[in-house]
This record gives sequence, structure tokens and C-alpha cells, in this order.
Amino acid sequence: MCLAIPVKVVSIEGDEAEVEIGGVKRRVSIVLTPEVKLGDYVLLHTGYTIGVVDEAEAEETLKLLQEIASLIPEEDVFLNRLHV
Amino acid sequence: MSDTIILAHGSGGKLSHELIEKRFLSFLANPLLSKLDDSAIFEADGRLAFTTDSYVVNPIFFPGGDIGRLAVCGTINDLSMSGAKPQYLSLSAIIEEGFPLSELEEIMRSIKTAIEEAEVKIITGDTKVVNRGQLDKIFINTSGIGMISSEIDISGANAKAGDKVILSGTIGDHGIAIMSQREGLKFAVPVESDCAPLNKLVSEMLEASPRIHCLRDPTRGGLATTLNEFARQSNVSIVIEEDKIPIKEAVRAACELLGFDPIYVANEGKLVAIVESCGAENVLTRMKQNRYGNDAAIIGQVVDDHQGRVIMKTKLGSSRIVDMLSGELLPRIC
Amino acid sequence: MKFIDEYQDSKLATKLAQRIASRSTKPIRLMEFCGGHTHAIMRYGIRQLVPKTVELRSGPGCPVCVTAITDLDKAIAMAHLPEVITTTFGDMIRVPGSYSSLQQAKAEGSDIRIVYSTMDALEIARDNPKRSVIFIGIGFETTAPAIAASIIKAYEEGVENFHVLSLLKSTPPVIKALLDSGEVKLDGIVCPGHVSVIIGSHPYEFIPENYRIACVVSGFEPLDILLCIDRLVEQIESGKPKVEIAYRRGVKAEGNRKALGLMEEVFQSDGANWRGIGNVPSSGLKIRQKYHHFDVEKFLPIDLKPGKEPEGCRCGDILRGLLTPPECKLFGKVCTPENPVGPCMVSSEGACAAYYSYEAICE
Repeated sequence: MCLAIPVKVVSIEGDEAEVEIGGVKRRVSIVLTPEVKLGDYVLLHTGYTIGVVDEAEAEETLKLLQEIASLIPEEDVFLNRLHV
Repeated sequence: MSDTIILAHGSGGKLSHELIEKRFLSFLANPLLSKLDDSAIFEADGRLAFTTDSYVVNPIFFPGGDIGRLAVCGTINDLSMSGAKPQYLSLSAIIEEGFPLSELEEIMRSIKTAIEEAEVKIITGDTKVVNRGQLDKIFINTSGIGMISSEIDISGANAKAGDKVILSGTIGDHGIAIMSQREGLKFAVPVESDCAPLNKLVSEMLEASPRIHCLRDPTRGGLATTLNEFARQSNVSIVIEEDKIPIKEAVRAACELLGFDPIYVANEGKLVAIVESCGAENVLTRMKQNRYGNDAAIIGQVVDDHQGRVIMKTKLGSSRIVDMLSGELLPRIC
Repeated sequence: MKFIDEYQDSKLATKLAQRIASRSTKPIRLMEFCGGHTHAIMRYGIRQLVPKTVELRSGPGCPVCVTAITDLDKAIAMAHLPEVITTTFGDMIRVPGSYSSLQQAKAEGSDIRIVYSTMDALEIARDNPKRSVIFIGIGFETTAPAIAASIIKAYEEGVENFHVLSLLKSTPPVIKALLDSGEVKLDGIVCPGHVSVIIGSHPYEFIPENYRIACVVSGFEPLDILLCIDRLVEQIESGKPKVEIAYRRGVKAEGNRKALGLMEEVFQSDGANWRGIGNVPSSGLKIRQKYHHFDVEKFLPIDLKPGKEPEGCRCGDILRGLLTPPECKLFGKVCTPENPVGPCMVSSEGACAAYYSYEAICE
């Protein structure tokens, strides 16, 4: 049960913040992530931020994925298996 | 003088007439309507298409439109989807006692703008008023008549294997615009309803190619439901590609936040066309020249497997079945 | 959209899938315990991207599906009470109880409102001081802190007419219960993503320690899920099960201390009734004495008719991973998304709803 979306913090007032994603904005509660700063990306679940996205880790994960990809040879046969 | 609708406005007497003159005729006047006879009489030569729809949308005013615009465009579009040229509409309003006259005027202004753009006339109408609480503000019914030339044969049952599926633009705008106004959801969404009359777009498409097999506007139930209807009626299957479906960033974001799948969200100014392969590019090019088809795209094709299914190829290359919408579109947490 | 789009790259996904295929030498069974994962696996067709040796089976991760039918009946009964406004997440509306559903209750005149957040439910309570506003609190540890925060706010502001029906549940105890039952043999667990943002990864350590089962905490985009499966395959093939976090941009090993603190302040753990599984010790979150004023169960004694499961419904077995949806006799014939019999078909996170789309492709 986990629909939480990464959104950007665009303003903070006390224990609430305005967040934005793709132009959509909402006022949300930041009581669960009091450490959040302007410009941070946070995971939003039912109107509450549940965690701050670790941007350094996000980079690391992408780097890891790209590294894995670079080590795998091209294989057309495999791709064909995926088509309906 | 009251600034809201009162029961007497619906009783047929002086106030009714005043309402009709001031609030309806002043916006819609044309020789047929202004006669105010019990029936509008006109000549028609050829095949006729006839449709009706009732509009009970809540909220009645939303970003990009209102119930008036919706009522006009919805019926014009239903006629257009059969390949008919919409000509005349009826307009019937049932209004709750206490409804502000200023809002009625705003709705009428909206209707006037829509019919002028579409070059369609409202030639007959009716107004009733009910006690407070007997309905929610205002309901509107429009019926429409259009001429349809003899060589046109457009039907949900006409799709053939190899046909291309063309979508006229971005999906989900209307549903998200409405949803953003609902109590309890409170998102500021920079999205307007796409509510628009598509009759001219359809005319241009028919001029571009006679090989249009199916047309439908994906309203309630969204793109997914319309494609399923075609697949079942025509006894074929339809394969679409997820990354070819045009969608606005804000609609995508709102859908992610609320847990909606945009292919099920309502549209009020879009159409899906199933066109024989050789005619598809012509139709697409023509569509893109129309303001309501700028973002048109070929999103898939019809395949010959008699299963009546719609299959979506995800951007990852995997496939999933797309069923019709079940029940209501509900925001989810999971 | 940042932190979403990058993890949907199809080229990277293909490569990762190839790597999984090349490393997976024997049949293994992985289970996800999160409705969000069930949904994502369906939405992205993950089963088609992994080799046949990797079986993905859904566990009891959908909070709607695991709500005991008697609890659902209770919520519906409360909705019928006069002067009550029932607020709920959308997921619950269509689920059939023993005799009715919230949707039906709404059609019969009950004031039932879908909310996106408990913040909104609290506002409805402030706006309607003369009526009782009940919030149906379903969810796992992802949602519990938010509900705790709203109860604390109600307490601090004196919003006396706000009440919560706590049907909240914890994930690690049900994992343990399932593993203890021995009913289903698992090689690896796709650990919930956002539950783990809250609770961290330590609570899963008992799994590799006591059961020798691999555990990887996963995110929700296709690359996240594939990366998780890749890590699980590696652990299983090397015979070295442990707890690993693949969703590193979201989850820290120690979790969210502030959120855990709020949960601890408002809730205490208790046994809870899981549909199809029965009572699981320490798996429910009940409102503490200090906040009992906001606990609707203390306020509205309800006489309930005895609960009954829909006839032939195998949701319980599906939730325990004993049965895959196509093995249920009702699946696709009597029980469909248009006419669902049990919650696994109603909820967009339910295993059956997910299978209904995917399974038909893979004939």
C-alpha cells in the first residue's frame, strides 16, 4: 500500500508545504519530515510527506543501472521475445 | 425583482416568458427559435442523424468550460461521430428553485459561443423549474439533428484488420479538470477541460479520405472504453502503443498523484478514428491543421484475432490487456 | 517527471532483464507484500520481462483485500448511523461486505465522502461540528504515521467530532505468519517500498536469519522492480540470503524516526484479523488510551450481523499465496472486474485484478 510520488517542495509554512509535480500543486503536511528544505524532492503519500528523496543515491542507482547495461551485449533475439 | 430562479419562472406565465426573452432568446435568437411556436418547422432533404444527451455534470462550472458548453459540444460531437453535419439542436433546461440568474446567463453565454463556433442553431427549447432540493442546480438536455450524406458509412462495427487507430490529441484533460474541482481532492491543476465542438474537424477528415471506418469521442470511460467498444462491435482486436498516446505533463502528474490510469479518464473534445491504412496519413495530416487536432497521432492498429480485446504495448516492450472501465474511476492510495 | 521517468528507460530495462535471465539457473519463487508492487508488476508487464525460472507471486499486500469482512461490515454499519459523515480513501468504496458495500450505503443515502488525505477528513470535521466524522483507517505502515498525525492534530485542536476506525496493519508480522504456516515455499521476498521508507530495513532481518529467504526492498518503477529481482536472483544463486535495499533513494536502514515516533505515540500493536489468514498477533495498530476519544470503536457500539464470505470466494487463499488467481474456479467466469465477488478482483491492487489483465496475454 504505497502510492507515494516524488514531488518538489516549492514553499514551506510551519508544518505545511506547497509541493509541485508536472505543474500540479498541493498543500501538504510535512510533520513527518521536519528536516525538509525548499527545493527538496519528497515522497508524498495521502497528503503527507513520508521521506526526503536522497538525490545522491538516486544518481548512484542510475549509474549502477547504466553500468550493468554497458556490460550486457546486444541481443536481438531477446528483444524479439518481447513483442506481441 | 428576484436575482434567482423562482418556481413562477417555470409556470408558463409572464415570468416564464420574461425568462425566455431575457435569458434565452437574447443569446440564441434566430428566425426559427424566435417564432416561439410549439414546434420548429424546417425542410430537410436526405438522410438524417438524430441524437440526444442529458448533462448533469457537477461542478457546473469548471476550468475550460461549463455545463452549457458541454451540452452543446456533446451533442454536436455525437452527430459528428456518425459522419453527420450537425444543424439543429433543441435545448431543454430543468432548473432548481434558487439558482442564481447570473449563473444562468453565464451558461447561456457559453452556449452562444459554442453554437456560433460550430455554426449550429438551437431552434426549440423548454424550461422547467423544480422545488429546491429536487435536483442539483441545473440539468440540461440537448437533442440534435444533422444531415448525413448517403455514401457515409461510419460505425463501430466497421473496423478491419490493418486499419490504423488515430487519436486527435491529449487524453484525460476533461476528467482531470473536473476532478481537480471536487471536494476532498484539492489539487491545483493547471489543466482545462478540452470540451470543444468537433464537427469541423470531422468534416475536414472526411474530405481528406473516404476510408474512415469508425469514429467516436472517448467521453465517459476514456480512451480504453471506446477502443474496447470498437473491438467488440467489430469483432477484432486493437493493439496500441503506450508511448504514442499524447498526454499533457500536468494530466500525467495528476493521474500519478491520484492513482488514475489516464486511458480511463473522460475527454470532451477528442476523437478516436479507425482509418484504413492507405488513408491514415492523409487524415492525420489534415487533422493536425485543425486547432482541435494539433496533437493528433497514430497510436495503434487493428489486428485480426476475433477476440474483441484491446492490448497495450508498454514503453518497456511488454504487453498488457486494457479492459473497459469497471465502475467509477476512484482515486486510490495504493 | 523527475525520479520517475529515469527509472522507466526501456533500453536499461531490457539489459537488466537480460542479466536476470543469464544469472537465473533454477526455478525460484518470489513474493511481493505490497499492493503497489502488485499493481506495478501488472502495469509494466514485469512477468513478461523476467525468465520463466522466476515466478512472481502476490502476497497479502493490498490493505483493502486484507481487511476482514467483519471489519468492512462494521465500517458500513457505522456509515448508516444518523448524523455521521464517513470519510474514506477511494479504494474501499466498491468492496463487497457480507451484505452491502460503502457504495451501496451511499446510494441509500449515507453521507460518504472520498478523501485523498486525513487532512481533508479533519477539515470536514472542523466544518461540520455537529456531526460525527469517521475516517476509515485502512493501510499499512506507510499510512499509519499520517493517520497518527491527524489524530494528534485533532487532539491538540480539540476537534472532538473526528474519529478514526483503525484497521491499520503491520507488514513484518504477516510475513512471519505466512512463512510459519509453511503453506507456500518462497525463495525471496520483494520487500515493500514505501512501508520501508517508514520502518526501514531492520524489521526484515529475521527473514534471512530464521528462514534463509532473500529480501530486497524495492521501488515502484520498472527499473526498480527489475533491479530488485536481479539482486534477489544473485542472493539466491549464491546461497547468501540477507536484507538489501535496492530502493536507495527512498529507504534508509533506520527508516523515518519522526514517523515511527508519531506511530508509537498514538498506536499500540495488537492482534488483527486478516482476511483469509485469520488472527495475526501484533499485526494491528490500535489507538492508545490517551487518544481513545478519537477511536470510533469506543464511541459507537454496533450490533453486527455475523459476517459471511461470498460463496466460493477464494480470496483468502489468494492472499496467502496458496492459489494463483486463474486457479480459483470463479476467476474470469463468475468473478470479473465488472462483477467482482471478492476484494482481490475489486481493488486495482488485488492479485486477481492484476492477473485478469496480464494472464490473458500469456497464453
